[in-house]
Amino acid sequence: MSKILIIAEHDGQALNISTAKCVSCAKAIGGEIDIAVFGSGIDAVAAQAAAIDSVNQVIAVNAEHLAAPLAVNWAAEAISMAEGYSHLLGPSTTLGKDLMPRIAALAGVNQVSDIMEVNGPNSFKRPIYAGNALVDVETAAGATVVGTVRTASWKAAESSGGASVDQREAGSSPASHTRFVGMEVEGGERPDLQSAARVVSGGRALASEENFELIYQLADKLGAGVGASRAAVDAGYCPNDMQVGQTGKIISPDLYIAIGISGAIQHVTGIKDAGTIVAINKDSEAPIFEIADIGLAGDLFKVIPELESLLG
Amino acid sequence: MKILVGIKRVVDYNVRVRVLPDGSGVDTDGVKMSVNPFDEIALEEALRIREAGNAEEVIVVSVGGDECQQQLRTGLAMGADRAIQIQTSESLQPLSLARAFLKVIEREQPGLVILGKQAIDDDNSQTAQMLAALWDRPQATFASKLVLNGDSAAVTREIDAGMETIEIDLPAVISVDLRLNEPRFVKLPDIMKAKRKPLDVISLDDLGVTVEGNVSVGHHAPPPQREKGIMVDDTAQLVQELKNRGLI
Repeated sequence: MSKILIIAEHDGQALNISTAKCVSCAKAIGGEIDIAVFGSGIDAVAAQAAAIDSVNQVIAVNAEHLAAPLAVNWAAEAISMAEGYSHLLGPSTTLGKDLMPRIAALAGVNQVSDIMEVNGPNSFKRPIYAGNALVDVETAAGATVVGTVRTASWKAAESSGGASVDQREAGSSPASHTRFVGMEVEGGERPDLQSAARVVSGGRALASEENFELIYQLADKLGAGVGASRAAVDAGYCPNDMQVGQTGKIISPDLYIAIGISGAIQHVTGIKDAGTIVAINKDSEAPIFEIADIGLAGDLFKVIPELESLLG
Repeated sequence: MKILVGIKRVVDYNVRVRVLPDGSGVDTDGVKMSVNPFDEIALEEALRIREAGNAEEVIVVSVGGDECQQQLRTGLAMGADRAIQIQTSESLQPLSLARAFLKVIEREQPGLVILGKQAIDDDNSQTAQMLAALWDRPQATFASKLVLNGDSAAVTREIDAGMETIEIDLPAVISVDLRLNEPRFVKLPDIMKAKRKPLDVISLDDLGVTVEGNVSVGHHAPPPQREKGIMVDDTAQLVQELKNRGLI
């Protein structure tokens, strides 16, 4: 039987929703599911992890050198407790992408990146070429499976469980060659792009940082998160962390509204799992309309104010 | 200080890749091949460090068949001093690539290894992190800013929540994100000059790399297509449609 260890993602106070999505992937693999929580002062986070359905136990390691999520320290800690586990999973967020390959290398295996479907305990489906192809990958029997879970492909597991929390001493020692300096968190009060039920995104056609305010206003009216195409980010209309697509965030909101975005394949790959895609673009031939559920060919500077007034 | 930069030959960014009918792979026949875009950013950063007087030599390294010499020559034309091809006909996965790079590191003793954060073909995003682990050195992934301070570096990383800054001691491995810099264009005289720059070929077997094949890639399928949607005529219809579907 599989024995699965998930490395939890959190900000010190709250568990990131990606962890509950990893649990859903682990359930599809089948077997006993443990969650490891690393950090300093993480009792609340450990309790949230323990509440996720189908979790066998939470292993909480409270240590000063694990307070910042430095891959070098977290990977060493994960490896120190990896014995006996058939699968080590983390989310394919920037945290998991940084961390899990380091764990995989220490375990002497290649990683299965961006698991979107589980065919069996040793067989997985994942996207390549910006989602232009889906491949089945098999892992060798007996070798530890280290994988990242493509969060947009999985629903978060429910939270009504009550697993035990095992408090443990750190099994690793700190690496002195890597030091955490600081973090600048953007976004503010708006819903997090990766877990928002609604997302409004703006593209190059917004034409300026000032005009991008229109996107924020509409998003606020809808209680939506805000995204952007690479073109809008590169042009400096909005911060980098809003970029949706192959090299940005892969998201799966119930409603995605793309405004002034042409729909390059690299962008589309980031929204394929959205429930309903709405596209508003002046150019009725724009490729975004090929994948939109509802399209409106029109000038965004006219449509956005109309939308706002109709939404009341 | 020497800087090693990884170069991968990939299907060009602008090509719309198609899955072969038999599911054995994607069609690369006659398709334009280029340097992985993130690797160009990695190389640009290395060149800027050298031009600022903080490195003496920039070496581009690629793993693959002789066709990857084309991409190494592009790297030399951009300004790298020399190139190393690790020759193999096998398609290597990240762990084996990291092992091969480690062998080159042992020979060259670089102060920095700069790689792209992911290759746009298999989208794995593993090699830099694995190399740092095997080398037992710091990793700074998804870098959008790099400041060298003697034997250490401050690296600003693009993370989901915003930006994170870490300080790392050299030698170290850095993987670069889109916003680190804008790579220079190659000029024709540079292409001519690049032909005379050294390009060493070392066979993978001679390096003594153990190829790790724990992950095997099987059937390829095209992604499912979304059903064709509808076009509405105006904003009022759009709002009505969203209401009908219970979305607002």
